[in-house]
Amino acid sequence: MTDTALRSGTRRGRRTAPARGGPRPRGSRTRLTPYLLLAPTLVVIAGLLLYPLYRMLVMSTQDVGLREIRGEPAESVGAANFREILTSEVFWQALRNTVAFAAVAVSATLVLGTLVGLLIHRLGRVMSTTVVISTMLAWSMPHMSVATVWRWLFDEHGGVANWLLNQAPDWLTGALLGRADWSGYSWFLDPLPLYFVLTLAVVWQSFPFIAVSVLAGLKSIPGELFEAARVDGAGPWRSFWQVTFPLLKPVFAVLLVLSIIWDFKVFTQLHVLAGGIGNPAAYNLSLYAYAEAFRSPPRMGLGSAIAIVLAVILLVITVFYVRQIVRQEDVR
Amino acid sequence: MRAVAGRRSSRVAINAAAIAVIVFSVFPVFWMVSTALKTNEDIFTTDIVLVPTSVTWAHFREIFTEGIGNTSLWIYLRNSTVVALGAVLFGSAAALLGATAVARFRFRFRASFLIMLLIVQMVPHEALLIPLFVMARQAGLTNRLLGLVIINVAFTLPFAIWMLRTFVAAVPRELEEAAEIDGASRFRTFVSILFPLVAPGLVATSIFSFITVWNEFIFAFTLMADESGYTMPVALRWFIAREGIDWGGVMATSTVMTIPVIIFFLFVQRRMVSGLVAGAVKG
Repeated sequence: MTDTALRSGTRRGRRTAPARGGPRPRGSRTRLTPYLLLAPTLVVIAGLLLYPLYRMLVMSTQDVGLREIRGEPAESVGAANFREILTSEVFWQALRNTVAFAAVAVSATLVLGTLVGLLIHRLGRVMSTTVVISTMLAWSMPHMSVATVWRWLFDEHGGVANWLLNQAPDWLTGALLGRADWSGYSWFLDPLPLYFVLTLAVVWQSFPFIAVSVLAGLKSIPGELFEAARVDGAGPWRSFWQVTFPLLKPVFAVLLVLSIIWDFKVFTQLHVLAGGIGNPAAYNLSLYAYAEAFRSPPRMGLGSAIAIVLAVILLVITVFYVRQIVRQEDVR
Repeated sequence: MRAVAGRRSSRVAINAAAIAVIVFSVFPVFWMVSTALKTNEDIFTTDIVLVPTSVTWAHFREIFTEGIGNTSLWIYLRNSTVVALGAVLFGSAAALLGATAVARFRFRFRASFLIMLLIVQMVPHEALLIPLFVMARQAGLTNRLLGLVIINVAFTLPFAIWMLRTFVAAVPRELEEAAEIDGASRFRTFVSILFPLVAPGLVATSIFSFITVWNEFIFAFTLMADESGYTMPVALRWFIAREGIDWGGVMATSTVMTIPVIIFFLFVQRRMVSGLVAGAVKG
């Protein structure tokens, strides 16, 4: 991080120099202007993003219950909150759920998104437009609608999924999934089927962004490169790994990091599918933090400690994102 | 001969794959709308009815009159609109000033500010929920739409500046300089030269912010305790938490919430890619 900051620092320095000696003499008023223009933004960011981060750090070392929320001074408990979560089975389960879900969902999203991007690139005009618009429907839906619709698709009674599985031959579903009769089967009680539906819902919504980004990248690659690869006898597989992937590496890097960040903190969809906070085995880190902070009686200190673990993990990943963007964008 | 046949069969395979992608993407959306238009007999059956046998608007009529929880959907639509418009109004004003500062001036900490924007954009809102809830509670802003407006400004502002700055930078500086030579004040130049040229970008940015706020769930869910203050996503969450879910009404509500977002989204989708992937995609 310091490395990139330093580099862009020197870049800025070099650029500032000629501007200062430019044609228009700048008084002290113009020198103040940018700061005045930035003032509202800085106030908002400082007051509503940075200060809460600080409050979260403080609260994670305190015992914050109902009375403290109302404004009574909170009692410091040192590292007790962190000790408690690190020795709690629920925390480790939530961490496992978070990481495993992110690993599966991110890989599935990237693979599917890339394949669809490559597919659209090879389609005729009408077909490619149709695919782009249809995937965009999924992409643009509010998370809450997505969660609701997938909850309905997998509903135990009126759901399409159970109906489809019942249509399939019993011996097949029996051999593959260990169940032949799916009438009334609930997907949302055990973590594994629950996370399966969650993965489907999240991948369904996230792959279009990957596809469209990859497509934009593909369009920037000169067609002669693919032609040359084909002349050299490369099939689609080799042509992807030897032409497309190396050229689009920066795109993939950003998409990978963004997907990890998004999938690490999935909340709305899980809250809906798990039916609230009643099932600790289904928690991921954000639902766990929320559950501790807002259950009754609330334990905001403990919740803050969990949120800090989540924030630190995401911060580390964000550093990669920022480095990648700064490298490409030049932060001019 | 064989080469031609091979090419034709691969054409067929590609188009078949495309149709599979279309079905996979569209089906859940189709299912949402079709459930909303079905009679309860068609919804609650063990034999799935793919296309409604008789289309009914009863679910839509119901959610807008008596509503699922005895409150008409109009209240939630109004709340969502107030919060989204409020946040967009304040956010866009601040973003325009901020973007102008970043795109038009060279000053100390400029690069650091941009990097801070990128980082702040990625701060997980889910993690900030707890401190912001306590702060809102102590400021007496829970259960008030104003509290949601303020918080949503903070969440949409960093990306708005990041996106808007490229629009401001795209306006040729010479235009402003010409106006200044003609004797226009800095403010006048801003209002009559820069603003009209940046307006399309401002609209695109505002639409983004609008969609983000419209979809926001977790803060509205924790901050608004009374039903009368629910936004659309919170109302929907509440509907499916009830015993014996009325799926027709739920899907109708979900459809109403989704339609404006889809329309807006189709306008600004292109910029979304360039905003997030920044310089990585140059097409």
